[in-house]
Amino acid sequence: MELLKENWTGKVREVTVGATPERGGTRTHTVTVGGETGLPFLHFEGVTPNPPRIALEIWDTPPEEWPDVLREPWAGVLSDPAAWARKCVEECGADLVMLRLASCDPDRGNTGPCEAQAVVKSVLSAVGVPLIIVGCGDPEKDNEVMPAVGEAAAGENCLVGIAKQENYKSLVATCVVNGHNIIAQSPLDINIAKQLNILITEMGLPPERIVIDPMSGALGYGIEYCYSIMERVRLGSLQGDKMLAMPVITFVGQEAWRAKEAREPDEAAPGWGPQRARGVAWELVTATTLLQAGADILVMRHPDAARALRRHIDELLTREEGVA
Amino acid sequence: MILIGERINGLFRDVGRAIAERNPEPIHALAVAQMRAGAHFLDVNTGPAVDDPEKVMGWLVRTVQEAVDTPVSIDTMNVKALEAGLAAHKGRALINSTTGERARLDAILPLAKQYGAQVIGLAMDEKGVPKDANDRAAIAMEIVAAADEYGISPADLYLDPLILPVAVAQEHAPEVLETLRQVRLLADPPPRTVVGLSNVSQKSKNRSLVNRTFLAMAMACGLDAAILDVTDQDLMDVVATANILLNKEVYCDSYLEVARRAHAG
Repeated sequence: MELLKENWTGKVREVTVGATPERGGTRTHTVTVGGETGLPFLHFEGVTPNPPRIALEIWDTPPEEWPDVLREPWAGVLSDPAAWARKCVEECGADLVMLRLASCDPDRGNTGPCEAQAVVKSVLSAVGVPLIIVGCGDPEKDNEVMPAVGEAAAGENCLVGIAKQENYKSLVATCVVNGHNIIAQSPLDINIAKQLNILITEMGLPPERIVIDPMSGALGYGIEYCYSIMERVRLGSLQGDKMLAMPVITFVGQEAWRAKEAREPDEAAPGWGPQRARGVAWELVTATTLLQAGADILVMRHPDAARALRRHIDELLTREEGVA
Repeated sequence: MILIGERINGLFRDVGRAIAERNPEPIHALAVAQMRAGAHFLDVNTGPAVDDPEKVMGWLVRTVQEAVDTPVSIDTMNVKALEAGLAAHKGRALINSTTGERARLDAILPLAKQYGAQVIGLAMDEKGVPKDANDRAAIAMEIVAAADEYGISPADLYLDPLILPVAVAQEHAPEVLETLRQVRLLADPPPRTVVGLSNVSQKSKNRSLVNRTFLAMAMACGLDAAILDVTDQDLMDVVATANILLNKEVYCDSYLEVARRAHAG
């Protein structure tokens, strides 16, 4: 039987995160994502020149709202972002570290640009992997903090976020001036995803420096719809839509550990099995689903979920196609 | 949508003069302007009133390709001029055109094969332009079959159902649209379709509007390519918008700006 193959004309752009000393940074290596010429893991149809990458998420302040089973593997480093980052890389094999500047949140520590700069510098000197940096999510505060952060990490070619249609100009300017890539987030809306990419490029940041966050929910929380949006991004790329042909980042850990199924402690849900295994499984299955939808960078929280995801990706990339 | 720029045609006074004087500059300028406007091919026609069509076609093709890398659609009924154009052409040319007449097919298809060119096939034969869609499709099928005999894939054929001026032969437009729908079913891979768009508005008022409207209707029927005025911004905006409405591209508020920017080179 002959396999019917799709002949795509387009491909996903490649985005490189991180800069080694030759390129003006201090990273020990760079990470390139994207470049796919077919749907995820259909090796007979296209190539995946760069494997999907795993980032582990760290905070600049202990994440009080994380459940105990998620805080437990990071015991001892939760108050020390540099040590936390080192553990992500040295013990958990993270390709990238994602630093969330949660303490800047006015409802949390309300720390300022100087503190944020210091944290970023300490994490940069602690690890050699490329860095993803996102703000606290408060638009005004992020507009105050992120330009300072971008400057502190100038030349490191970080991936910084999060740009939204309502608030992107300040972050884009920071990326243009300091040589960073940007995360462009759209609320499960393919049209806004494309529009935001256009708005960003109109400010002078090249499309090769944009990574799309189409947003996602966890397993059980509308993931089917997220899947269809992410798949549509990939289909658009393959059909030659250049303003959609960016790699995709997805914040798996953030979403999975928001789900009741991951958060309920053992005693509250005895029929669901132990929370530790359950939470990790919830994060992992959310990740594997979004991987099939076309995720290029998966931001994870639990090291066991990240390790299992790594094995899964390796299997998917090396699997022989069983063609009858 | 494959866009074939129509402007380098000896029927236009400026081109006619440039040909007569063998002045490359106006040709270069038109080639660059059309390439920047998004043309995928540049149609080149010597016009009827040249003494030595072979030499002129060779000169035109070379002159165009001095200025741009865009492939040329060699537009002539003269087989010798066609061959001169093909010989002068770098890259993969488009032959414009053959009809369904057996003698023309046997003269032109071997040249297409020899030079690796794509071919436009007009849905007409010795009896002229058919009245209805069925007869047009029948001739199109003969062209597909003849191309197959010469080892040319349907994917390298552009079938032109021949649109006539609406001010003169109004009844043809719906037949052409119907032919566009039928031609896609003739072979696998399907042959492509093309129209010489400006012909629809010959002798009418509001030429640009007539062109725009017909192009949108034809695109809805699956039209793949058109010979048209790529420098008509309103017309190019219709192409961009029709691509959105046909779900060939993802909508976003700035789609028009993006299309225009892409075409601005």
